[in-house]
Amino acid sequence: MDIYGTKGRIFNIQRFSIHDGPGIRTIVFFKGCFMRCAWCCNPESQSYEIQTMQENGKEKIVGRDVTVGELMPELLADENYYRRSGGGITLSGGEILGQPDFARDLLRACQENGLHTAVESTANAPYENIEKILPYLDLYLMDIKHMDSAKHKEFTAAGNERILENAKRLAQSGVQLIIRTPVVPGFNDTAEEIRAISKFAASLPGVREHHLLPYHRLGQDKYAGLDRNYALKGVEPPTQERMEYLLSVAEESGLKCQIGG
Amino acid sequence: MENIKFVIEKSARIPKLIDALYEKMPEIESARGLLVTESYKQTEDLPIILRRSAAFAHILRHIPIVIRDNELIVGSATVAPRGCQVFPEYSYEWLEAEFDTVATRAADPFYISEKTKADLRGAYPYWKGKTNSDLAKANMAPEAYEAFVTHGMFTPGNYFYNGIGHVNVNYEKVLKIGYRGIMAEAQAAMDKLCVADPEYVQRHNFLAAVIESCEAVIEYARRYAKLAKELALKETNAERKAELEKIAKNCAHVPECPARDFHEACQSFWFIQLLLQVESSGHSISPGRFDQYMYPFYKKDMDAGKITLEQAQELIDCIWVKLNDINKVRDAGSADGFAGYGMFQNLIVGGQNIHGMDATNDLSYMCLEAAMHVPLPQPSISVRVWNGTPQSFMIKAAALTRLGTGLPAYYNDEIIIPSIMARGLTLEDARDYCIIGCVEPQKGAKTDGWHDAAFFNMCRPMELVFSNGMDKGKQIGPQTGDVSQMTTFEEVFEAYKTQQSYFIKLLVNANNAIDMAHAVRCPLPFQSCMVDDCIGRGKSLQEGGAIYNFTGPQGFGIANNTDGLLAIKKLVFEDGSVTLTELRDAMNANFGYGLSGKAAERVVNEVACSLAQAGIEVNESVIRTIYDEVTSGAGIDAQKRARYQEIKRLIDETCPKYGNDIYEADMFAREVANTYTKAVEKYKNPSGGIFQAGLYPVSANVPLGAQTGATPDGRLAFTPIADGIGPASGRDVKGPTATANSVAKLEQGVASNGTLLNQKFHPSALAGMSGLTKFVALIRSYFDQKGMHMQFNVVTRETLLDAQKNPEKYKTLVVRVAGYSALFTTLSRSLQDDIINRTEQGF
Repeated sequence: MDIYGTKGRIFNIQRFSIHDGPGIRTIVFFKGCFMRCAWCCNPESQSYEIQTMQENGKEKIVGRDVTVGELMPELLADENYYRRSGGGITLSGGEILGQPDFARDLLRACQENGLHTAVESTANAPYENIEKILPYLDLYLMDIKHMDSAKHKEFTAAGNERILENAKRLAQSGVQLIIRTPVVPGFNDTAEEIRAISKFAASLPGVREHHLLPYHRLGQDKYAGLDRNYALKGVEPPTQERMEYLLSVAEESGLKCQIGG
Repeated sequence: MENIKFVIEKSARIPKLIDALYEKMPEIESARGLLVTESYKQTEDLPIILRRSAAFAHILRHIPIVIRDNELIVGSATVAPRGCQVFPEYSYEWLEAEFDTVATRAADPFYISEKTKADLRGAYPYWKGKTNSDLAKANMAPEAYEAFVTHGMFTPGNYFYNGIGHVNVNYEKVLKIGYRGIMAEAQAAMDKLCVADPEYVQRHNFLAAVIESCEAVIEYARRYAKLAKELALKETNAERKAELEKIAKNCAHVPECPARDFHEACQSFWFIQLLLQVESSGHSISPGRFDQYMYPFYKKDMDAGKITLEQAQELIDCIWVKLNDINKVRDAGSADGFAGYGMFQNLIVGGQNIHGMDATNDLSYMCLEAAMHVPLPQPSISVRVWNGTPQSFMIKAAALTRLGTGLPAYYNDEIIIPSIMARGLTLEDARDYCIIGCVEPQKGAKTDGWHDAAFFNMCRPMELVFSNGMDKGKQIGPQTGDVSQMTTFEEVFEAYKTQQSYFIKLLVNANNAIDMAHAVRCPLPFQSCMVDDCIGRGKSLQEGGAIYNFTGPQGFGIANNTDGLLAIKKLVFEDGSVTLTELRDAMNANFGYGLSGKAAERVVNEVACSLAQAGIEVNESVIRTIYDEVTSGAGIDAQKRARYQEIKRLIDETCPKYGNDIYEADMFAREVANTYTKAVEKYKNPSGGIFQAGLYPVSANVPLGAQTGATPDGRLAFTPIADGIGPASGRDVKGPTATANSVAKLEQGVASNGTLLNQKFHPSALAGMSGLTKFVALIRSYFDQKGMHMQFNVVTRETLLDAQKNPEKYKTLVVRVAGYSALFTTLSRSLQDDIINRTEQGF
């Protein structure tokens, strides 16, 4: 089977990414997402459709279809940097599990070329989609945003049952798993909420790390570019003090915790 | 938790020394200028080399000396802190003309008293026709002089008006054997001379001049010993009294004799460094491998328990402060190019020893620590990096980078060593290289590098392609043909190479003319006695006494010419959407955009003058009309204007740009760079050395850009040219790894006079141990690809606040936060505030 011919839809490739997995990485952003998180900093990732948006006063087309083979040269361009820093490729989104065959073949091609592979995903998909990518994956960066399903649904348009269930199964699979939580004021920035997530993460066999990612509004201008409303207008990013406090709360779980990816 | 080696507490003395140094505006003093004049008047019958040593000795005997409060290392060229002396033997007219404006100019102002002005006015008439620059001008072919002075095709102005500097001397030898030892070497060489040797006279005179110079230096140090003793007697504070007594003891012993402890070694080092800059006005007197030659003295004291780590650090910090006590006044134009009172005293740490083993030691770390304790421009600290460089040392350097002072610069042994070996250095000498001035590699204490010999603005020959060799109404370049008649891309590229080669030839003529003048009028016996093999050959450095001789003129504008030629190739010869005639007209009309600021004023002036010359009356309303047209571009027919702007849009938006890791574009940039580097290396200098190109502009890409019209890459008239070998500002959109990959594709080894790559970072990229580690990986990865040099601007909170206030100054400021890149000034205010806050929080 020709994995290099597999086609998928992406909207961005970002080189020199240093907050999304170990080392210096190149991120491939998949287009299309099952959820609608209110704080999403890549709102142009949500729809699977190719669309246009305004950026710096100019029209920009978001989304393009590419094959694995077309992507590889750019992913290999920074091989030196991956080797020196222990970095590699991260697939992000959108939700990569929306295009499981493309994700699988892309990860496989990366590994075939000797690159470390990671995904950023909420694992909110049928488990067979996840199983497809696991043989070619070195690191799963999994978002758990909230332990309360109703609140989860209120802010992301999806409940968390399947996410939590998949987390347990992933933990059994043997892949390296790191749990990450975006800390969003008004959504999950209390000690109780963070403690609950961290406790759950610690209960997963093999999970050793929990990362707290402070909410930022750097994607805010994109909402205007897409002619959409930004639901969290006026919400301030958490202060350094607040983040450090929540870090100490998370650390009660016994996991290795950190602020930022 | 960050765990960084050699974090040492800063002595309370250091901030006091810094505050005292920066209390006032630097001042011009007349002592040296008057003393050199006095001496020259008395020595007219002597050969020049002995006139030089006599003048040096006369200066050192009589120049005022001062010990500043709290100093542990003493010796100042001027009474006023950060003051400067003058050197009329090189040139003086420019300073006399600027007497009344030098204190108020924008770049690098100097206070000058009425008394100093009067004193210097009294001395200057003696020098009429006798200066180094008078002879250099007389030596130059008229067309070379015109191309330099009238047309700004290249600027060898630095050595035309000033001393050469740009040298590293044998500090190690002076520390080990003292000037007494060097005098003995000179005497031995003299004793060996055969009176029948055809060069006997020249050699004998040179060696006598060396001995006289060294004797003068010893006497000068004794003056300090005496002064320190007098101050100690008067001192009531017991601690300071003891310090002054130690200073007196040091100065009585060094630099005459071998240094006995670390403090003496530091004092001896300082006298060498200082007096090189009293003998001549050349800047970039570079201490080189300070961590190597100082180490034995540090080690001995540490092993014997004679000194603590803190005391050793304090002495190094004191030297750092002193390196900022030396200053130089330049003409207003040069001050723009070297803005920031630049002295370019390059001090390098780390790297390999002559055996190819890692040479990083305690002092390598402590020098980086000193740069953190003393956040001042001097010294320019550099770090040598090779595959065996300890990671902890790289982390220490990265932590210094993060402070945002632009230091250190990183150099790659893995490309520099082979590239200078290809220029004839032995393997051992190449492994022992240091950096001179900005970025120029050489084997210290054996080389007359003539680095920084001239700026060559590669965009100017490109302009002449479109004018068929005409500039300011004169045919100054070859007639390469009317562009409107050119039918292939190769024809355009050939025309560019022809124009450029012609001006490189003139540049060589200008450089060699200046070089000859220095040998005849300003040989330097003191400097020469510390560079091999001047004593052995009985010749000054300026007359060819060094083992390795080079001339290194630096070109810049690669990115603009690459992007411009690629645009011509695509739009004119592939797409057929623009003709060369249209492009020429568009460039002449600045792509339909108006000019602003100084450029507008200048053009208005030029137009007004030419109207007046043509006999047209120029009154206020005519000026106003010209000004309006120049600033708005309204003078151009609206339809044409729209077309010109469309051409610029096509160039900006549809053509490939160097710096984005596009293989074809980058390989073409390599070809463009080679048109300069490979043309330069064909020539020789009067000492028999070859010309070797550098690729870096210091900061001249801004002032020389201000003299360059619009270019085919869509760059607007009089705006800055691309910096170093990096992409044109704002045109690299794929992040630092893509940029570095592009730049690494240039044939950097041929540019053995040095290359420069600047990168900008937001501090959050260097936050925490993980940020530092990734940053180090970035450097190492660029160096894996044989990049030669890298330095970083870390954007500080102050810069971002300024950008909020003055967005027009920061149109191309890119910030990357959490992996998100944006033009800072296009973000909304609240996002800008978030980013500013993040510079402090570090996530």
